[in-house]
Amino acid sequence: MIELFGYLLSGVTVGFIYTLVGLGFTVIYNSSGIINFSQGEFVMAGGMSTVFLLHAGLPLGISFVLSIMITSMIGIVLYKLISFSKDSSPISLIILTLGFAIFLRGLAQVIFDKQLHTMPSFVGEGAFEIFDTTLSYQALLIMIVASAIVVALYVFFKKTKTGQAMVAASNNVDAAKLMGINIQKILILNFAISAVIASIGGILLTPMTSTNYEVGIMLGLKGFCAAIIGGLGNPFGAVAGGLVLGILESLVAGYISSEYKDAVAFIVLLLILFFMPGGIFGNLKSQRV
Amino acid sequence: MLKRFTLKALVLLFISSFVFLNANDTIKIGAIVAATGPASFLGDPELKTLQHYVAKINKNGGVNGQMIELVHYDTGGSPKKAVTFVKRLINQDKVVAIIGPSTSGETMAIMKFVKKAKIPMISMAGAVAIINPVKKYVFKIVATDRMACQRIMQDLKKRNLTNLALISGSGGFGKSMRKQCKEVAPDYGIKIVADETYGKKDSDMTTQLLKIKNNKKVQVVLNPGFGQGPAIVTKNYAQLKIKHPFYQSHGVASKKFIEIAGHASEGVRLVAPPVVVADKLANSVANKKIALAYKNEYEKAFNSQVASFGGHAYDSLYIITEAIKRAGSTNPSKIRDEIEKTQGFEGVDGIVNLSATDHLGLNTKTGMVLLEIKNGDWTIVK
Amino acid sequence: MRYNINSQILLLSAILVILPFTFANDFYFEIAILSMLNALICIGLNLLMGYAGQVSLGHGAFAGLGAYIAVIFSSRYGLNPLLSIFIAIIIMGLLAFVISKPILKLKGHYLAMATLGIGIIISIVLEVEEDFTGGTDGMSVDSFVVFGYEFSDSISWYILCSFLLVFTIWMFENLIKSPFGRLLRSIHDSEKAADSVGIDVSYYKSIVFVISVVIATVAGSLYAFFSGFISPQEASFSHSIELVVMVVLGGLGRVYGAIFGAVVLTVLPQLLTSFDDYETLIFGSIIIAVMIFMPKGIASLFDGFFKKKEQNSASSN
Repeated sequence: MIELFGYLLSGVTVGFIYTLVGLGFTVIYNSSGIINFSQGEFVMAGGMSTVFLLHAGLPLGISFVLSIMITSMIGIVLYKLISFSKDSSPISLIILTLGFAIFLRGLAQVIFDKQLHTMPSFVGEGAFEIFDTTLSYQALLIMIVASAIVVALYVFFKKTKTGQAMVAASNNVDAAKLMGINIQKILILNFAISAVIASIGGILLTPMTSTNYEVGIMLGLKGFCAAIIGGLGNPFGAVAGGLVLGILESLVAGYISSEYKDAVAFIVLLLILFFMPGGIFGNLKSQRV
Repeated sequence: MLKRFTLKALVLLFISSFVFLNANDTIKIGAIVAATGPASFLGDPELKTLQHYVAKINKNGGVNGQMIELVHYDTGGSPKKAVTFVKRLINQDKVVAIIGPSTSGETMAIMKFVKKAKIPMISMAGAVAIINPVKKYVFKIVATDRMACQRIMQDLKKRNLTNLALISGSGGFGKSMRKQCKEVAPDYGIKIVADETYGKKDSDMTTQLLKIKNNKKVQVVLNPGFGQGPAIVTKNYAQLKIKHPFYQSHGVASKKFIEIAGHASEGVRLVAPPVVVADKLANSVANKKIALAYKNEYEKAFNSQVASFGGHAYDSLYIITEAIKRAGSTNPSKIRDEIEKTQGFEGVDGIVNLSATDHLGLNTKTGMVLLEIKNGDWTIVK
Repeated sequence: MRYNINSQILLLSAILVILPFTFANDFYFEIAILSMLNALICIGLNLLMGYAGQVSLGHGAFAGLGAYIAVIFSSRYGLNPLLSIFIAIIIMGLLAFVISKPILKLKGHYLAMATLGIGIIISIVLEVEEDFTGGTDGMSVDSFVVFGYEFSDSISWYILCSFLLVFTIWMFENLIKSPFGRLLRSIHDSEKAADSVGIDVSYYKSIVFVISVVIATVAGSLYAFFSGFISPQEASFSHSIELVVMVVLGGLGRVYGAIFGAVVLTVLPQLLTSFDDYETLIFGSIIIAVMIFMPKGIASLFDGFFKKKEQNSASSN
């Protein structure tokens, strides 16, 4: 029984990272209907940039800010590429974002290197001892920051003028245009926000599990599963989906088989797609004939 | 019709465009290394070492008057890529010998191809299955996983730690060493009381370690594996504040391991080829001079700490070049025969004596030292 | 109409015959054979994606699983390789039919994600079940012996694959021109409309899915036998993506596009090994460039030419 608590804790910790990745998907999807297969690479970019800036001698705070800015610019570049593309069918966009992901991985190999990197924990190497298991300070930091971001996004989209305009724009593009809302700017902002969220996730995760040019692949896919599990259009869905996924993975690894841990995300994904495509918080936009 | 033909012609052009003129007067030695991916801390120093020393050999006049050309490919640790590249080395590049691969999984995958092509290969990987049973064209100058198990268990017995938990990587070496440890454990009175595994690219092993931590029988933990995996296991180990003594294999004999695992690596014990502590070895150790020379030269050339894996590359390269010199020819079969006759070779990994029944050439006494990590550095355990 | 099909196929056959004479060494055969096998999978995938309009991000896994089944029956249990492939076809065909029912109800992104999910689950199972599959390090595959003849050298494989490729294209072209093909196109254009005139849409989509999986199984198995080695990498997500990129690069819905895409993307990594460090970067850039500037694929450059041919043959009907 004791170990259950340990599994839950580690599940929640990684679940928050999935939440952040899933939120990034959701923000882009809500504003543009696009599934961004390079979301995981945004996470990687955040972590890797910070590591290299640190190595270059910059202080931690500046490295954070700079790498967040770099990643947000990458997000904007992606938006521009999408808007240049002549064909906006789902398959073309899927391939375009996949291509962008490959491009970013290649860029990371060249600009950084192919090795594994890590950073020291931001709050020291200590941990709380609870019920015969431990919660490291870094893990707690992840939970706090991720929660803060979720709240901040909620406030932004529901309470601020810009945020509300963005929501309106995504619900009805034509009406928004008629109201004088600049769609382009809004889309750019959405992509940038999505990239920022992802990069913060990447930065937080690095001290715990290290980073290298490939970390984005699985993280992106699982984050996507989290978003769908929770309900693709819904930010709370991403939160719920991320946590559910993290906990399920941990429980399966602990009680059933640690080797099948990675399969959990996709099995749950399939179950949701078959039986509850709207996800836990069901928000399936209707498919028009 | 014409346009369709142009399409096909373009394709033809594409395919034939990688015909390049082969310089006929160089000796081509192939290398398959995992310079990127989860085994990059093996492949990267290996590649650097090979490139550095091939240049050095060429600067000093080459071998038998000919220059050496190193044809190398990066597999990222993937056995599938190793298979593609070995075929390329054999058929396209027409190499006379092959160094590598870096990992046991890759080595096992390509062995039958070098056999078919009759080209000698010196692997830089650890699994004992590579040279036992002996295969005519396959050699390796790396201490085996079995030797690592034996050396470690010797220490466990001495410290009276008899209940062992294993947490192993699932790829080649990890899997193989796990098997070897299970086999030799009874010889030292050790019992395996837990047996967990993790995947090559896993980024978190907390769950497996929690199971070990909660297992009251465990007294000591051993992590067979290499590269990235053990570094993460070690970090998680410390995060979970597990108190038991922790052992690693020579799959982590690189400062990169200490760098990634950070403070978590304090107190970890491991076996390693002597080169990583060449400067601290007793003068009586037979190959101290060469090991130290290699260590100093590598560190100066690359501004980074020596890793044992580079030493395997050095030994493989020089054994091949010495064999070529003795054979006086670049015929792969003759080279193979001379490799097999290598005696008293002073390598970075120890004194090497090969024979038709021994394609390893090292023995436990010279091949391995037991280390403990203290203050971010290696210290020798007596 | 007949004349049209045969001339393209004749040209392809001619090229296939002449090509080996330009090969400098055995490795060229290796790449050519691999390209042809990838092209086979792509033709099937193209049928699914281009004609039936269903995305699959998991086809590498189907090819890989089918190959493993064939390899396990032949190398582990000693069955005749041809029989093993046949068994693999039956198993994968049934599996594909069963999966297709729930999956093909999904649309667009959701379908893509479902195929991706299935693909990844398959690749994980292949890695974990070491006792069957040899695990992450793969397993060795015994040689391919058919009716007493051992396919041990590249030339016999080349001939086999060439025949298969030409045959498959011929079958495909006939299929497209047949009533079945017209049915497919009507489904692709509008499922609702097709449904309203009484076409059992889901049945036809399933058939196409099964066909594409079966072709992938055959090609994947042959690759394993040819290569002498199989590993879970064959079923990986990145392999699935490569296949989709091949089809789209060449041009969705164009069979010669699929072949072109397969050849280019099989040869490219070999050309780029000297730019080792930059390989991924270049690959990604190419995908982005094609998707932005030529989203209908490279074969779309030859579009105007095709239209003329079709008009001519339509009017001659």
